[in-house]
Amino acid sequence: MTHIKTKLGRRAFIKNTSLAGGGLVLGFSWLNSCKPKGAEAVAMELEMPKEWYEINGYLKIGDNGVVTIMSPNPEIGQNVRTSMPMIVADELEVDWKNVVVEQAPLNTNLYSWQVAGGSRSISSSWQNLRMAGATARQMLKEAAARTWQVPVGEITAIAGVLSHEASGNSAGYGEMASAAASLEVPEEIELKEIADFSIIGTSRKNVDGKKIITGQPLFGLDVQREDMLIASLVHPPAFGMKLKSFDAESVKKMPGIHDVFSIKLYDEDYKKNTFHFTAFNELVAVVGESTWQVFQAKKALNVEWENTSDITETVTMFGNEMEVTFPAGMEDSETHTTKLKDLISTKGKVARKDGDPETAFKNAAKIIERSYSCPFLAHNTMEPMNFFAHVTEDHAELLGPTQTPEWMEPAVAEVLGLPLESIDIQMTRQGGGFGRRLYGHFMVETALISKKMKAPVKLVYSREDDMTQGIYRPAYYATYRAALDADNNLTAFHVKGGGIPESPIFANRFPAGAIDNYLAEDFTMNSNITTGAFRAPRSNFIAGAEQSFLDELAEEMGKDPIDFRLELLKRAQENPVGEKETNDYDAVRYAGVLELVKEKANWGQAEAGVHRGVSAYFCHQSYVAQVLDMVMENNKPIVQKVTAAIDCGIVVNPDAASNLSEGGAIDGIGHAMYSGLTFKDGAPEQNNFDRYRLIRHSEAPKSIETHFVQNDIDPTGMGEPPFPPIMGALANALYKATGRRHYHQPFITDKPPLVG
Amino acid sequence: MSKFSLKINGNTQVVDVDDNTPMLWVLRDHLKLVGTKYGCGIAQCGACTVHLGDNAVRSCQIPVSSVGDQEITTIEGLSENGEHPVQQAWLEVDVPQCGYCQAGQIMSASALLKRNPSPSDAEIEAAMNGNICRCGTYTRIKKAIKTAATATENA
Repeated sequence: MTHIKTKLGRRAFIKNTSLAGGGLVLGFSWLNSCKPKGAEAVAMELEMPKEWYEINGYLKIGDNGVVTIMSPNPEIGQNVRTSMPMIVADELEVDWKNVVVEQAPLNTNLYSWQVAGGSRSISSSWQNLRMAGATARQMLKEAAARTWQVPVGEITAIAGVLSHEASGNSAGYGEMASAAASLEVPEEIELKEIADFSIIGTSRKNVDGKKIITGQPLFGLDVQREDMLIASLVHPPAFGMKLKSFDAESVKKMPGIHDVFSIKLYDEDYKKNTFHFTAFNELVAVVGESTWQVFQAKKALNVEWENTSDITETVTMFGNEMEVTFPAGMEDSETHTTKLKDLISTKGKVARKDGDPETAFKNAAKIIERSYSCPFLAHNTMEPMNFFAHVTEDHAELLGPTQTPEWMEPAVAEVLGLPLESIDIQMTRQGGGFGRRLYGHFMVETALISKKMKAPVKLVYSREDDMTQGIYRPAYYATYRAALDADNNLTAFHVKGGGIPESPIFANRFPAGAIDNYLAEDFTMNSNITTGAFRAPRSNFIAGAEQSFLDELAEEMGKDPIDFRLELLKRAQENPVGEKETNDYDAVRYAGVLELVKEKANWGQAEAGVHRGVSAYFCHQSYVAQVLDMVMENNKPIVQKVTAAIDCGIVVNPDAASNLSEGGAIDGIGHAMYSGLTFKDGAPEQNNFDRYRLIRHSEAPKSIETHFVQNDIDPTGMGEPPFPPIMGALANALYKATGRRHYHQPFITDKPPLVG
Repeated sequence: MSKFSLKINGNTQVVDVDDNTPMLWVLRDHLKLVGTKYGCGIAQCGACTVHLGDNAVRSCQIPVSSVGDQEITTIEGLSENGEHPVQQAWLEVDVPQCGYCQAGQIMSASALLKRNPSPSDAEIEAAMNGNICRCGTYTRIKKAIKTAATATENA
């Protein structure tokens, strides 16, 4: 049994005692204003209690034993709204059938890290969620012990029932909830043994499943309020441009249009954090009665634009100040590629150096050098950016899809001139995130429009707005070099990478630590095209490049690609180069997923006509290895199967985790194979799904199998880790299937130049 | 602006909108049937799929004035309470991740099964290729369609 001091916990626990007062605590005050959306679907099948008793910030228990568990984090499709409450429920020892889940609003007093980012929801809250459930269980036991006048140590709690064997007493949680809520939070509690988990590690279906399949309102775009107006924005057609003037009058007369005006997001001296970014600080807002009318009016609006000048801003990123430059000018993809190639041939900044790579390369019998690249990508969440706001003189209510409510709140407060306490942010279920909704300029925009209109407003981006507004996955370029001696031994390894505007290099990740002479260098290139985190930032390119290069290297050395990686990992484990702790991976766990995938995919025994590629990568605290099977049909590569092996510690909700593994593989194959955003004269050349290609049903793998390493390590991320490595497995299988290596994404356009 | 009398999910609904207004926005903004989703507005993503008669169509491309007396079925009207075999299969396979595209997927899948009760893999792929799932649940969608087909056969 793990004992844990509750004082280590969050304010959520302390809050309870200060609120408890007379003991009978009725729900949170904000629950009255925030109708529990997630709760309704489940509630249809559950009888609701007459009275709720709040035990702590994460849960309340009804007098009939029904339990409401708050899900604090934004749900973007990563299953947290199901899997986070599962953790609370397990420690509480309650039947999952009696659980109702509610989305918690932003509440920095009760919760921490209410963010969908870095695949950290589960890992950062693991302890808190367990403690929330265990504390409540302990308080219920204590309440029963006092009621029955028996020692608390003799009370058992199983599936929502408290029992005392010797006296024959027994009561449901509902019967003890009132008494439990009046107790002091215990100083110390016991967490369950991992072996005793009864909900964690079992597959539980999506708590919003029924609502999703019946089309109930769940998403930001579905928000409807009385007297709500619809707004949409017109932004410059190209990066490097800004608003000059517009003619509002003719458009104002169009049917259903209420107003047309410009909004300015931030004053020049406002110190932004990186999540406040927007390429277009001044926009034209069109406000009307219906989405279609507003979209039509936007098309009719006459706007003049002018060029921007160079802009340098000081912004903060997690408290650290940094300078960001957005140069003037209209950029295009062709120039980008030329410039990246120029930069990579000049010396980069050394990010890590072990041994003497220069001498090793000089003495090499053979040098292998390969370059890789990828384009900008738009996140393209299926639900375009949108938000709801109702701003009054002294209060702002915001509701919608955001991955970073806490980090956006100060920006909203700033532009409205309201204190933080006057801003209430609630989250809807979100139609995808992938990093796009970390950057909440749309919240600021909606708030400003609502303030001006003195009305509740829903801001809606059209798909074209969404795809051309910026915050893209950066474009990257990397060159790998390996030195081999006369006996074909690997003697040195060199990676140099850069991008617009950031480098993709993780200098201390594998194979750093496994090679004596190692050099990692990077460089950056400024742009006025805004970029941001995109599912597994940087890893989403560099994993594929590195794993393709290792594949080519293994072939050159006459080694099996899995054995080659395992040899390197053995070295990193037994005799690491550099300090072991500087190497940003655990070589044993890394090797573990490779060994598991080797076994499960029957590596080395592929059927005739099946071409296989393997890849493995570590990011966001989890390890993923994938084997991709490809067949050629009518000269077209078909992905027949993906076999994945994953080590993310304890798997909270296995079937949902498998779903993320499947989605990650499909997403990775899709983007590496088909997707890309290109620019001409500063404007994106794709603005909708007719020209921007996303993977479709017929292009997905025919089957995907996921195997998890079984261990008792605290859980780590699943949203991002399955995404990056598959790009390497795809490239390696493509080589086997076509006889040609693919280096430049999207692979569909990576063809040899036509000759003659 | 004109008045249109529309047959939606078995009820007659009257709306007063511009003739060119796509059914998508009539459903979402005027009738508050928000299960039908906006994804692209140009019939490329399938999020707005509804049934016009027995056919799956992209409601973003159907002007309200072209509907006439044809029956429209949206995700809200596919069944009373989610009992349609395709909806049940979606729950059984636990298809959704973010869930945004799934109403459109379900509407395409149910139209497919109506005209072809036991589709082959290739037929499923062809029928579902117009519905994008950004989260990548395609393998589960296929599995759910097969589950629904089997359930219907055995019913």
